[in-house]
Amino acid sequence: MSETETFGFEVENPVMPYLRQDRLPHIWCPGCGIGTTVNCFTRALTESGMNLDRVAIVSGIGCTGRVAGYMNLDSFHTTHGRAIPFATGLKLGNPDLKVVVYSGDGDLTAIGGNHFVHAARRNMDLMIICVNNFTYGMTGGQVAPTTPIGATQTTMPFGNFENPFNLPFLADACGAVYVARWTVYHVKQLAKAMKEGLAKKGFVFIEAMAPCPTLYSRRNRLGDGVDQLKYYKEKSKIVNGADTKDVGLAFQGDIIVGKFVDRDRPTWLDSMNEHYSKVFGERYVPYGVSHGQD
Amino acid sequence: MHADPKGVLTGVHFIDGDHAACEGALAAGCRFVAGYPITPSTEVVERFAARIPLVGGVFIQMEDEIASSIAIQGAVWAGKKVMTVTSGPGLSLMMEHVGLAAITEVPCVFVDVQRGGPSTGLPTLPGQADMMQVKWGSHGDYEIIALSPNSPQECFDLMIKAFNLAEIYRVPVFFMMDEVVGHMTERVAIPKASEIEVVERRWTDKKPGEYRPYAAGDDQVPEMVKAGDGYRIHITGLTHDERGYPAMNPATQDTLVRRLIGKIRDNADKLVDVREDGIEGADVVVVSFGITSRVAAAAIEMARHKGVKVGHLRLVITWPFPAVRIRELARKIKAFVVPELNMGQMVLEVERAVAGRTAVLSAPHAGGTVHEPEAILAKIMEAAQ
Repeated sequence: MSETETFGFEVENPVMPYLRQDRLPHIWCPGCGIGTTVNCFTRALTESGMNLDRVAIVSGIGCTGRVAGYMNLDSFHTTHGRAIPFATGLKLGNPDLKVVVYSGDGDLTAIGGNHFVHAARRNMDLMIICVNNFTYGMTGGQVAPTTPIGATQTTMPFGNFENPFNLPFLADACGAVYVARWTVYHVKQLAKAMKEGLAKKGFVFIEAMAPCPTLYSRRNRLGDGVDQLKYYKEKSKIVNGADTKDVGLAFQGDIIVGKFVDRDRPTWLDSMNEHYSKVFGERYVPYGVSHGQD
Repeated sequence: MHADPKGVLTGVHFIDGDHAACEGALAAGCRFVAGYPITPSTEVVERFAARIPLVGGVFIQMEDEIASSIAIQGAVWAGKKVMTVTSGPGLSLMMEHVGLAAITEVPCVFVDVQRGGPSTGLPTLPGQADMMQVKWGSHGDYEIIALSPNSPQECFDLMIKAFNLAEIYRVPVFFMMDEVVGHMTERVAIPKASEIEVVERRWTDKKPGEYRPYAAGDDQVPEMVKAGDGYRIHITGLTHDERGYPAMNPATQDTLVRRLIGKIRDNADKLVDVREDGIEGADVVVVSFGITSRVAAAAIEMARHKGVKVGHLRLVITWPFPAVRIRELARKIKAFVVPELNMGQMVLEVERAVAGRTAVLSAPHAGGTVHEPEAILAKIMEAAQ
């Protein structure tokens, strides 16, 4: 990495080498939690010891969708909801890549919901980081599939009456091999989950609860970013191994965080290679199992 | 360079157009296909799924056409040559990703085995009514290339050309079959791999740091890299500068969109591929494409027996449209006749090129079957008056 800007400080921020510094400043609002998740992600990358030339990041559209554009990795900012199928093609095209999908709750589970459930079902070897701020930030604060009942959004002006997704339960039910939820108050745990996720083979799902002070908090009179962190601190309860059907979220209610699922299942590619080796015997050359991380 | 022999099924075969299209893709070096079943195109991916394990590559049946049309683009950035295959309703779902492929300049092939529409329409019966959709279907300004085979042999031969053009120009290329061409079984001769020319991706020889993903030379087509090679590229569907970074302002938009358009329009002459028969001295010229060209050929024979001087101009590449050639002919002939399995789409292009210099007669057909040759003959006779 070339010289980096230290912004008047004596020591360079350890996050800087991971960022495309010529793209700063970023677009995120003061108090937004997305940047905190990025900080955790860079820590996870450092500790993973991975060759960063072999890590690719794919985002959809939205505030979290901008993460790919700031990371100094091979990075792809795709279409709304379609980061997972793009990442599927990228991973299957070159299985030596570690492919991370980094996007928001609306992108991944509303418009992208079908792709999410099928990639989990197939156990596609992708790490999914879902920053859940319970709203569509980029478009001005509309109701999302994660918005708790009772929260006000521009398209639910009298309060949301739709049942939200319990994302860990969804991922678990569809077959994810690793499912965790942390908030941006839990930076160490979140970074550790991301590190574990990077090392895990198969469909990894990490939900990172994050404040959107500009739209979600303000509209619901919840204060600023710090007030939301206080809420996360006071109402979070760590229950590793919790049954995911019990971790649904209510408006400003208790938050169950932790690592809920950690299991092994053959990935789509492993299943294909194993199956075709049986069917074709020695005539079949296993696909994409050459080098791994170098 | 020559085709990789692993994908080339050299020999003489008796197969339908869908199967021949798959063999063309394999011969062209396609090693990743994502698709979703839809009549009458499914046989293309069925054959690919059966063939690819021993050729070396991946077929994945995605959850829908939206996923298929972007999974292939992910695979391109991993270095693969790719294709997806569909028909009308699936094509409609893919439209947003046609735009993504256009703005990110991803070489890829979309096969559209056309059926009658709109909507679910006639799943098992032919149409040629997607011609304007592939040209204009995604939002914004961009250019594409489209080819129209009229036989299983051409499904093989032109598919190789489709893949090569995708690499040369870095655009989505549409392979516009129809139900009849897809399901018609004929002799298909597949040459030796050493006789098949395939175009390699335009890989850069620049080093990381000096490489700019969207910096293009005089030909307006940038060089490529793939993920994992240390270039740390950023690719976005947003309007972007030469670095690939979002730059949402009118000046960058103007530079980018003009280049996306220019790399095809400025090469339109090179891209012309028409087959002409009996044009010299003709009073009437029939302009046709795809399966309709074979019906038109029968009608033209009948008209010639009646003493009419009628020529045939078949569009092999339908987009970009050979406007210059049509304009030349417009000065010399009495009328064009344009039969097509739609209510008048490519005839609009003929009219645009002719610009009132001579008569243009449309011979539309709503689809579901091919024209009766007599219907085209009647138009030729009317045109010859």
